[in-house]
Amino acid sequence: MKNMVRLYGKYFSIHLKSTMQYKGSFFATVIGSFLTSFTVFLGIYFMFLRFHRVADFSYEEVLLCYGVMLMGFSVAQMFASGFKVFDSMIANGEFDRILCRPRNEIFQVLAYRVDFVRIGMLLQGVVMLAYGLCACPVDWNFLRVLTVIFMILGGMVLFSALFLLDGSIAFFTLQGLEFMNVFTYGAIEHGKYPLSIYGRGMLTFCTFVIPYALVQYYPLTYILGRSDNPLFIFLPLLACLFAVPCWVVWRIGVRRYKSTGS
Amino acid sequence: MRKYLTFFRMRFVMGLQYRAAALGGLVCQFFWGAMAILAFKAFYDADPSAFPMTLPATSSYIWLQQALLTLVSMGGIDPEFFNVIQNGNVAYELCRPVDVYGMWYTRSAATRVANALMRCVPVLAVAALLPSPYGLTAPPDLPTFLLFLVSLTMALGVITAIGMIVYMFTFHTISPRGVRLIAVGIGDFFSGNIVPLPFFPEGFRQVSELLPFSATANVPIRIYTGDLAGQEMAGLMLMQAFWIAALVAIGKLLEWKELKNVVVQGG
Repeated sequence: MKNMVRLYGKYFSIHLKSTMQYKGSFFATVIGSFLTSFTVFLGIYFMFLRFHRVADFSYEEVLLCYGVMLMGFSVAQMFASGFKVFDSMIANGEFDRILCRPRNEIFQVLAYRVDFVRIGMLLQGVVMLAYGLCACPVDWNFLRVLTVIFMILGGMVLFSALFLLDGSIAFFTLQGLEFMNVFTYGAIEHGKYPLSIYGRGMLTFCTFVIPYALVQYYPLTYILGRSDNPLFIFLPLLACLFAVPCWVVWRIGVRRYKSTGS
Repeated sequence: MRKYLTFFRMRFVMGLQYRAAALGGLVCQFFWGAMAILAFKAFYDADPSAFPMTLPATSSYIWLQQALLTLVSMGGIDPEFFNVIQNGNVAYELCRPVDVYGMWYTRSAATRVANALMRCVPVLAVAALLPSPYGLTAPPDLPTFLLFLVSLTMALGVITAIGMIVYMFTFHTISPRGVRLIAVGIGDFFSGNIVPLPFFPEGFRQVSELLPFSATANVPIRIYTGDLAGQEMAGLMLMQAFWIAALVAIGKLLEWKELKNVVVQGG
């Protein structure tokens, strides 16, 4: 375990150094990454200038919600981005090389790529969360703070699991599937609002099929005092169980993996 | 002229080869459109009087936007020329006895048309079947529809010309990722891809309409939904024509400057 951490640290510093070789491009991409989520924020701002509320959520509450989601998503994007290029790793034979090395495959794919430019999006998530935390009329106590932390952690695990699933599919199709983007990019784009505004059907889907609502809507209602159910505090941890079926798909993929021969 | 038509046709046929990718894209676009409409519906329910368009017009707007995504949005930019610049194959492009700008312009426009043709028909067909207020409604009358087509063609001209400028910047940075992300971020926002322009606050909307990005998806789609008409429409369509001329001129100027500095290192 200690060895893995040290090894990851080594990979990490190599990635950091190589990224810093192209400083101009790096900063341009950080700005670009920031802009993609910043324009979404501007969209929310414009909508609330006009409407003030959506369903029973105010502007500050939506920002709190979007900030939490963005943090989970951008951390997952930064560290689990190896899975996003996993189809090309199969195509160019990089995965064959991974299988030859005496370390866990998932660990190696994670260490293969660190997408530092997502720091732009992460920063925005932090700022929005901070604003939401200060501006929401919430009576903060230990349990509520704990809920926010669980939501962020749950979001990281959930989105990382989705990237893992996205990568695993490449075992069966050899090329990544564009529709998987719905579950990652689509979720962050539409998860900016509490999921209840999309209607009951969508909320049920996001509770039982892909548990976005467990890291977003339910704990949010607890924080905002709309629900006293103490179970809601721990729902984000329950959502982490979604990683198990994703991992099973990955294992099946590794077992029946045939090299493309390149 | 004939050679440009040939470039267009070659690229168009190539684009039609990627049908599986188009199918994957379709699923995304249906989902995206449905979620966006549900969100607008939630805002509509919160305060119908503050809604700047009718709800059916908003739904039509969203479906058209999804159907025409690869045709007139920044995201539909042809990635081939980024690769060509990055891997040095641009040298081959320069060997050809045709003007690079004209060749790339026609080819990237053809990619957009091919991708859009495969995607727009199914999206529009299904959207037209959805019940009101969630579905796509017909335009108010035939002249409106014809004006929509004219404006859509000009929008294609504008977005392709913006794309050419993005390619020219890539000669500078080599790595296309940053330039592309920034262009998509700004372009998507000011063309009403995130929130339609009528939802922008007054003042900010007027300024946004002066930018070339609003001359892309924004104008034709709003003509179709009946949101734009009369003098305002005429003015914005003139702006589209102006932007095509201006952006092509800027693009050509940049091309001339950048190509002077291209160093082919052999290999």
